[in-house]
Amino acid sequence: MKRLTPYLLALPGWMWLAIFLVVPMAAMASVSLQTGNAIDGFAMTFSVSNYTDALSRYSTQLVRSLAYGGAATLAMLLIGYPVAYWIAFKGGHRKSMYLFLLLLPFFVSFVLRTISWGFLLADDGILFGTLKGWGLLPADFHVLATAFAVIAGLTYNWLPFMILPIYVALERVDPRVVEAAQDLYASRTAAFRRVVLPLSLPGVFAGVLMTFVPATADPVNAQVLGGTSNTMIGNIIQTTYLTNLQYPTASALSFTLMAVLLVGIFVYARVLGTENVLEAAAR
Amino acid sequence: MAELNAIELEGVVKEYVSHGEVVQAVKGVTLDIAEGEFFSLLGPSGCGKTTTMRMIAGFEEPSRGVVKLHGQDVTNVPPNKRDVNMVFQSYALFPHMNVWDNVAFGLKQRRTPQEEIKRRVGEILEIVDLTGREKRRPREMSGGQQQRVALARALVNRPSALLLDEPLGALDLKLRQAMQIELKRIQREVGITFVYVTHDQSEALTMSDRIAVMKDGLVEQLAGPREIYERPASSFVAGFIGTSNLLSGVANGGVLEVGGGRVLVPEREGDVTLTVRPEKITISAEKPDGEVSVVPGTVTEVVYLGTYTSYAVSLAGGTEVTVFQQNAHDARNIAERGDAVWLSWQAQHSYALGS
Repeated sequence: MKRLTPYLLALPGWMWLAIFLVVPMAAMASVSLQTGNAIDGFAMTFSVSNYTDALSRYSTQLVRSLAYGGAATLAMLLIGYPVAYWIAFKGGHRKSMYLFLLLLPFFVSFVLRTISWGFLLADDGILFGTLKGWGLLPADFHVLATAFAVIAGLTYNWLPFMILPIYVALERVDPRVVEAAQDLYASRTAAFRRVVLPLSLPGVFAGVLMTFVPATADPVNAQVLGGTSNTMIGNIIQTTYLTNLQYPTASALSFTLMAVLLVGIFVYARVLGTENVLEAAAR
Repeated sequence: MAELNAIELEGVVKEYVSHGEVVQAVKGVTLDIAEGEFFSLLGPSGCGKTTTMRMIAGFEEPSRGVVKLHGQDVTNVPPNKRDVNMVFQSYALFPHMNVWDNVAFGLKQRRTPQEEIKRRVGEILEIVDLTGREKRRPREMSGGQQQRVALARALVNRPSALLLDEPLGALDLKLRQAMQIELKRIQREVGITFVYVTHDQSEALTMSDRIAVMKDGLVEQLAGPREIYERPASSFVAGFIGTSNLLSGVANGGVLEVGGGRVLVPEREGDVTLTVRPEKITISAEKPDGEVSVVPGTVTEVVYLGTYTSYAVSLAGGTEVTVFQQNAHDARNIAERGDAVWLSWQAQHSYALGS
């Protein structure tokens, strides 16, 4: 009995995973190989062509999603790292307040926040409209419905998920280790490059994972900020499923996206050397 | 050419602002540390010893005063440009590097040729007895091994002085004693000036050539271990270093009356406070003869400690005196609790504070 206790304690977790992850995935895998339509019903035909058709029709959007997701992740890293660094090392006793401020936007719905950005960035909205009124911007200047708007929206929405893991990693860096590097003739820059940066890599690794995946799959930002020419794969899946009711195609697309992301993560982990990263993190 | 001191501090003051108030952690320290010396900064926590060391290392900038290394004013020089290295209290090893990379860090930062790095890291690892463990990560090692990595990482740079901040604090007693001997051996071998910060008086006494005893941001006494033990400059030093008995009163004609006894105090008149070390005092049942200090008392506590026995003796008037007697001859105690005894000691073993 004693030996079984840990497994029994883990049982609710396993059941959760089974019911809410494994079963739906299996169902979706099955749907992705079926043919038919919403009125007459779908039947299993093991039609692999669902995948090849979806891929050839929507490869542009898939590649665009990866590009936007990647660009947004890079932007989040460039903005988020200094913020995390500043809170961890210069935050003093106000650290928790800064972290709270970082999470404050989450008290408002994600979609609402994105729509407000739509208002803010509108061609004749309070920002650009005013600037155009003053003659500081040309009349045909616009941000909305560009790739920039979508990437900026993605960056804004997931930035905290980049900052928090990096903050946690930096927070755990012993300041005396940094002093030791300086004592051993390292300049501030060298101490950062040789000691602080490597020790924070586990946080960067986690941050990239936590932001790249949802940003690539997100339909909301492209829909609200991107206009018609910046459609991402998330939008395609959404309309295929909810509007066109082509469940097999939508499922096949979802699996394709998942496979691409998993391969991407795997390559990324190999390149960055998770072994090393996790080992440093284990301390 | 006169030999330059390895380290000189001139009127060094460190002030902090804490909750809107100026706090002086170091209130004016002046001292010279000679080349090749094993120098200790000893004192209780909060006495300013670590701050003093951090000013030598360059992590803190003095509010006033001058820090010199080999005669060069380095007061405003950042730590990475100072020719001193530090062994941190918690070792502060780089957790993401193995032993070899930890030790080679300083040499690499100084762009030492690859060949020389190889040779010197190998040599120093041999000195600290870590050859064969180059590929280990710090967290795979014991406290004593990490300690030696930290030492090697600093020593490999051949600094003009090595600063050690309570380096043995985290080790257990046996290992600490072994490392004390080890540190002395290494210091003799490399011939580098060691500045050692500790709150452990026995550690300071065993290892140091000279000790600065600090209290409240000031140096109370700066002298060799024997001098500090035998001739403490103040009741604080007497109490902090080992066990000490304090006897005070008014000296008259070379004699101080204490608790119905006569304590000899040559060359002193008037108000005086004496310290007498417990091991200098002899206990006897009969009143001893001769030119010695003699005081009667009652034994209140007997504690057997193996090599010696500690007696607490209460004098008339309430003063408690601690006496250590070597257990050299007899298995029995010299006196038991409640016995009336005579304490006696040579005149030279009463040391008047402030003389």
